Amino acid sequence: MTDLNTPITDDELHAYVDGELPADRQGAVLEWLAANPEAAAQVAGWRAQAEAIRARYGAVASEPVPPRFKIETLSRRGRSWTAIAAAAAVAAFMVGSVSGWVARGASAANPNGLELLTSDALDAYKLYVVEVRHPVEVPGDERAHMTQWLSKRLGADLKIPELQDIGLKLVGGRLLPGATGAAAFYMYETASGERFTIYCAKAGEPDSALHYKGAEGTAAFYFVDKDIAYVVSGPANRDRLEKVTQEIYAQVEKAGQRKS
Amino acid sequence: MAVAGFRKDVEATIPALRRYARALTRNGDVADDLVQDTLVRALRSEHLFHGGDIRSWLYTILTNLNRNRLRSLARRPVLSPIEDNDAPDLAGPEAGGRDIERALATLVEDQRSALLLVVLEGLSYREVAEIQGVPIGTVMSRLARARVQIKSFLDGERPALRRVK
Repeated sequence: MTDLNTPITDDELHAYVDGELPADRQGAVLEWLAANPEAAAQVAGWRAQAEAIRARYGAVASEPVPPRFKIETLSRRGRSWTAIAAAAAVAAFMVGSVSGWVARGASAANPNGLELLTSDALDAYKLYVVEVRHPVEVPGDERAHMTQWLSKRLGADLKIPELQDIGLKLVGGRLLPGATGAAAFYMYETASGERFTIYCAKAGEPDSALHYKGAEGTAAFYFVDKDIAYVVSGPANRDRLEKVTQEIYAQVEKAGQRKS
Repeated sequence: MAVAGFRKDVEATIPALRRYARALTRNGDVADDLVQDTLVRALRSEHLFHGGDIRSWLYTILTNLNRNRLRSLARRPVLSPIEDNDAPDLAGPEAGGRDIERALATLVEDQRSALLLVVLEGLSYREVAEIQGVPIGTVMSRLARARVQIKSFLDGERPALRRVK
């Protein structure tokens, strides 16, 4: 009936197992399998894998859906779940502390601590900028409290830049572990949802001018002022990011002069 | 009316999304966080959804979010999920369940996602190609490689029951 001289391809065998085989090839595959025990065993093996996967995970779909997934709840208060936020903060801390540890280990070998600090800042940017529900620990409207808290933890007089004039609203901030101890992390957002972050940590290096570093759609400018390194991260649009950084730089400089 | 229909459709997909996410991450908490992020994002983008298959769209969001999640963890040292040790899971699977779980863990993300979408979620090659944003041929080769990898993992893992001389 069918041409047994045309060998059945592996693709066709997969398609057969997955119910994707055109009806007019069904007969040929069946005959092929009957005549080739090895191919038949292979097909049986793939079926067994699929069975094992369904046996292991299939029942999840019959579990009652937890209340946190109620659509009304999700659309009403899409952003704040204290319990989940707490869990995420713990997870973030675990991830962060491991990276801090690695960076510390690496900085001994690598003289350029600033580069590492910038990588950490970019990682923090990438990690939190996609967060829908809990991008920050302390919301932006608690600026005074956050300034005090983060200054204390870093052991430095911090000032959280005010960027409203260039269209950036403070979302809030969080404390992160960094290569040189605690790091402060502020997030800003434009009206269209573009996010920029500032990562501050003890630099352990002399003052430096602006440096630029870009990677995979994100970019950062960093500079050091009075022993504090500032890494400004955002979408990879150099001109825009530079403008934001200049504004931050100006404010940081001004604050420093007022004090000294 | 249309809005209510959209939400209803999204809601109806939650059990399947949780199943897919659980298998994809092999960690109940991470999986449910992913599902929640997917739902929040879908609901916020409701106005961007211009017809089509809501289920595929949700699988696409979840697959992308998981890829982002892995990418942001990629530079870190491997943090093995606690479940990978020997804490018994709620489903109380027999040894076979744990074998397949560990086998899935050894797959490259895109292969794991392709395999799960086909065998667990019952999607067509075409749908998976759209979700992953690749040609059908790529989906098929991901499937094939996933199956080879799982087989070799299971063959190596399982103690030989009898040795034929």
